[in-house]
Amino acid sequence: MTEPIIYELSAPGRRAVSLPVLDVAPSDLPPTMLLRDGLDLPEVSELDLVRHYVHLSQLNHGVDVGFYPLGSCTMKYSPKVNEDASRLSGFAATHPYQPEESVQGNLRLMYELQEFLKSLSGFDGVSLQPAAGAQGELTGVLMMRAYHQSRGDARRNVLLIPDSAHGTNPASTTMAGFEMVELKSDARGNVALDDLAAHLSDRIAGMMLTNPNTLGLFDQNLPQVTRLVHEAGGLMYGDGANFNALMGVVKPAELGFDLMHFNLHKTFSTPHGGGGPGSGPVGATVALAEFLPGPIVVSETTLLDAVTGERLPEDVVDGEQDMGVEGLWYRLWMPRRSIGRVKSFYGHFGVCVKAYTYIRMLGAAGLTDVSRMAVLNANYLQAILKEAYPLPYDRVCMHEFVLEGRVEGAPDVRALDISKRLIDFGIHPPTNYFPLIVPEALMIEPTETESKQTLDHFAETMIRIAQEARENPQLLHDAPVNAPVRRLDEVRAARRLVLRWEG
Amino acid sequence: MGYLPHTEDELRAMLRRIGVEHADDLLLASVPRAYAFPEIDLPEPVSEMEIMTELREMSEANTDLQRVPCFLGAGAYHHFVPSVVDHVLGRSEFYTAYTPYQPEMSQGTLQAIFEYQSMICALTGMEVSNASHYDGATAMAEAVIMAISVWRGRRRKVVMSPTIHPEYRETVRTYTQGMDIAIIGDYSLGNDIPALVDMVDGDTACLIVQNPDFLGRILDLSGLAERVHAHKALLVVACDPISLGMLKPPGDYDADIALGEGQPLGNAISYGGPYIGFFTCKKRYVRRMAGRLVGQTVDAEGKRGFVLTLATREQHIRRERATSNICTNQALNALAAAVYLAAMGKSGLAQVARLCYHKAHYAANAIALLDGYDVDLAVPFFREFVVRCPIPVADLNQDLYESYGILGGYDLGQVYPELEDHMLISVTEMNTRQEIDELVEALEGIVR
Repeated sequence: MTEPIIYELSAPGRRAVSLPVLDVAPSDLPPTMLLRDGLDLPEVSELDLVRHYVHLSQLNHGVDVGFYPLGSCTMKYSPKVNEDASRLSGFAATHPYQPEESVQGNLRLMYELQEFLKSLSGFDGVSLQPAAGAQGELTGVLMMRAYHQSRGDARRNVLLIPDSAHGTNPASTTMAGFEMVELKSDARGNVALDDLAAHLSDRIAGMMLTNPNTLGLFDQNLPQVTRLVHEAGGLMYGDGANFNALMGVVKPAELGFDLMHFNLHKTFSTPHGGGGPGSGPVGATVALAEFLPGPIVVSETTLLDAVTGERLPEDVVDGEQDMGVEGLWYRLWMPRRSIGRVKSFYGHFGVCVKAYTYIRMLGAAGLTDVSRMAVLNANYLQAILKEAYPLPYDRVCMHEFVLEGRVEGAPDVRALDISKRLIDFGIHPPTNYFPLIVPEALMIEPTETESKQTLDHFAETMIRIAQEARENPQLLHDAPVNAPVRRLDEVRAARRLVLRWEG
Repeated sequence: MGYLPHTEDELRAMLRRIGVEHADDLLLASVPRAYAFPEIDLPEPVSEMEIMTELREMSEANTDLQRVPCFLGAGAYHHFVPSVVDHVLGRSEFYTAYTPYQPEMSQGTLQAIFEYQSMICALTGMEVSNASHYDGATAMAEAVIMAISVWRGRRRKVVMSPTIHPEYRETVRTYTQGMDIAIIGDYSLGNDIPALVDMVDGDTACLIVQNPDFLGRILDLSGLAERVHAHKALLVVACDPISLGMLKPPGDYDADIALGEGQPLGNAISYGGPYIGFFTCKKRYVRRMAGRLVGQTVDAEGKRGFVLTLATREQHIRRERATSNICTNQALNALAAAVYLAAMGKSGLAQVARLCYHKAHYAANAIALLDGYDVDLAVPFFREFVVRCPIPVADLNQDLYESYGILGGYDLGQVYPELEDHMLISVTEMNTRQEIDELVEALEGIVR
């Protein structure tokens, strides 16, 4: 099953849209030297276009299609109401430079979302601007840099990063001009305290820690880790990729984190969009909040017109005051010592609307239940699957766990083979070969929105695949056979680069 | 609520299988008790019906562009989006997927991005497009880092035009604040293209210009690349995708990197985001480019298929040796751009560009005739132009909004002290002749 490239559907003169006729007198065009010659875009009808994209969508697997236990990505169900919310024209059709009096609804939503994230995390300030988790990390590292520099401590340029960290952590470190030191994990999957102690010095800017970590384990040494890093003058950055396990369970700021990014697309049910847009707001303690990127939204109490809700002028005439009522007014504000803006405008506003909707519908108890059930689902699967696959860190996990993708009695079978065989059963494979500290890693995150039936079906399928691996390993090497394409030649793709349609 | 499917019976069975009594035992197995289950201060939850009422009220506290004429542009544009775009985006097989790590299950996303890359190459005249960045501003920051990386850090000077979007320039500075590089050129509007070229030397990694520039002007950049390349520096051009429906694309004047804000291509204006930064370069630089990239290949049976490729450039392989930490693209926004470009096609995009051009000129010509206002009609411009106003722009805009229900243009004095009392007016195909006439009358009325 393949679908032609859109250009292959093209026929000269066809088109899919109608546009209004020019209703003003035309002006002279600019000189020819400034104009283009041709424009090689496809020419298709609207029906061609619709069928093409419907066919393409059918070649895709999404959470709405089936189980998607892609570890570290939190592929939970995203409620449909979120989609309707962000498309309300009062939100979707507003320009970022409109005067503040014409966007009080947007500003209020952003302000309240900042407050919600502060409540959940314990931080004192939040900026919604970062576009994604990776950008949130860069933001955090730049804030640490700005903090140390503001204290005349510019030689602190080393970040400690555990060996289980996402690749974005070290890359963000380099982008900010810092160096990194990799820390070992201990036998229980926690940060090794002796290795940490050995690397502390007055050059330490801080530490980046994902908690729960990428093994799905809550770091049991955390209180000691944060104390040691703080005593050495360093800051604790939390990678909030795994916050889905912690809502209402702990507040990162209380655990000693100084700053952290949230992944709205993971934790707060704004869908992943096929790889974006995400959203990566950053929270910070009072000592770091003034370095946040911005603008952020602040509120002030002011006198509003009792009928229209508009702000009354400051020089409101005596006697007109009783027309007004006290209310909140929202405006954009740049934190005093901000690292600057990390993108244009104020962040992924449309994504923020979805996260706001989700938090309002769940409330504190509902969000705590989300984390509780995410952890329950993961532990349930772990309990069943550790009987069929090696579990290198055998302890209670949080929202995800990591198996070794190998089967006793089937030496040639690799994690990749198991993953590709899962595709034949209509299940998206777990994350492969990450974290790097587990050989042949299969990182499984079921999320809280999956039912026991789905989990049981997945477990049975995994057990069946282990059996197949012993009895007929070729089935796994050949997989997938039930997907739109068979295994793809990635080496050829990199050697003979074809990055655009060439006719 | 919480979209949780667990029944009481199932919960009991699951806990029994794990071997604990309560779900909280699992949490308390590793979370320190002293910190567990803190008080969370959030409003009481509401039902779906109630949240939609609340959100409708909040959204209606805004003045949205469906209700008033808008002449604001300055990097975010109110363009027509055909219905077909949102209907394709609404296919949840697309929007509930993630980065296509498993290509056999993600051919839809992969082929859609491959087609996006193909159409962006056609539009810009460039050889290679990646799968996109967060927005135009971050795409420019990535271009600077890439140019530094092409020179392996040996050149640490970047020349930047003052008529690049001010927020892009700010973003470049934020991204590079730890990199020990010098960014020059944009401190005075007096630095035109010839002045900027004179600043390019043997220490310069790249020259960056925007075309049409932030003031809406169409620049003649022929011959510029040659002068930049004489110093072995890279020419980076930020361009507007709708303008490329009629204007010479950066590939034609030999740009090394071309990028821009893709929002005008079928993406909602959505109060500034999510948008999409398109990013293109010459093929010889592809291994220095950040961001996801989709390539064509074949499967085990020789059938055409698509995969993420050149992953060895990226953070999950290179870790601290990667030049960028980006790990996603703006896939859904790229899909919107692709559907928009295919829907518009060859003739449609050209028509949109011409509608913008002629309407903007109609507005500029009329405003130029008003007493007290001044427009430089001698410089070629696309859909935005600068108006010198007789009163402060903030006052003018307030009056336009409150007395006439019009969202006026961008106050250039906020970012260029030289342009106090200057307004940047944007006109697109969405502005009817009647709206333009109303604007002109209002401008006249306010100062009369």
